[in-house]
Amino acid sequence: MLTINGQSVEAAGKTVAQYIAEAGYNTARIAVELNQAIVPRAKYAETVLADGDVVEVVNFVGGG
Amino acid sequence: MEPHKPTHEEMLSALELRQGTEAVRKLQAACVAVCGLGGLGSNIAISLARAGVGKLILVDFDCVDVTNLHRQQYKANQVGLPKPEALMANLKEIAPYTEFETHFEKATAENLDKLVGNAQVICEAFDKAEAKAMLVNTVLETMPSKYLVAASGMAGFESGNAIRTRKVTDKFYICGDGVSDVDGGIGLVAPRVMLCAAHQALTAIRLILGLE
Repeated sequence: MLTINGQSVEAAGKTVAQYIAEAGYNTARIAVELNQAIVPRAKYAETVLADGDVVEVVNFVGGG
Repeated sequence: MEPHKPTHEEMLSALELRQGTEAVRKLQAACVAVCGLGGLGSNIAISLARAGVGKLILVDFDCVDVTNLHRQQYKANQVGLPKPEALMANLKEIAPYTEFETHFEKATAENLDKLVGNAQVICEAFDKAEAKAMLVNTVLETMPSKYLVAASGMAGFESGNAIRTRKVTDKFYICGDGVSDVDGGIGLVAPRVMLCAAHQALTAIRLILGLE
């Protein structure tokens, strides 16, 4: 199990790219933090999630 | 008393009475970049200038439009002017001894370091979600020493109590309700946008003062 946006999720072994696609996020509107460090956008496809990871997907909405 | 423009010393003394000498010293030495000068950015800049932030970097590629006047800190006679120039003029009437750097161009991943490189705190105040994500990813990936205060979710007429500040990492804060998307056709109203801008400005000040 890992923690994504405060929820326990079974996603160990998936890449960040796989997780965000399955969860329905628009890649152009998010920033992903893995254990308090930014995941560079170019590394979503090669960053593999592991048990115990804490992930924060910040999803931006429009307006300003 | 005749109307008059106070001297720099008079304004600093007045500021010290309200905010304290030490806080004013730190704020005067600070440089904050405001990226996007719409409802968020124009209000953030006014709060920071009033609080005595020494230098503001103002970034926007747009001109003032009549549809901006309901929530952005411009005047009707400024419609058509580049926003950085118009906002700087308004800020100079409020806080004439602030130092300004203006950039009338679109921020991109490629030019961001040139635009905001001198700032210690960056306020993300764009309107489009994709532009927000671009700035946040670029700053966090390439400028690890900067503090970043972003915004997401201040559209519509829901309660202002849903607007809050959240610390994501040591250097990255996000203000807003996180969900109210202007693309949902719910509009934008001045006080709710101002609430979010106030959260961002206060967070920037707290970071400068070492209170976060």
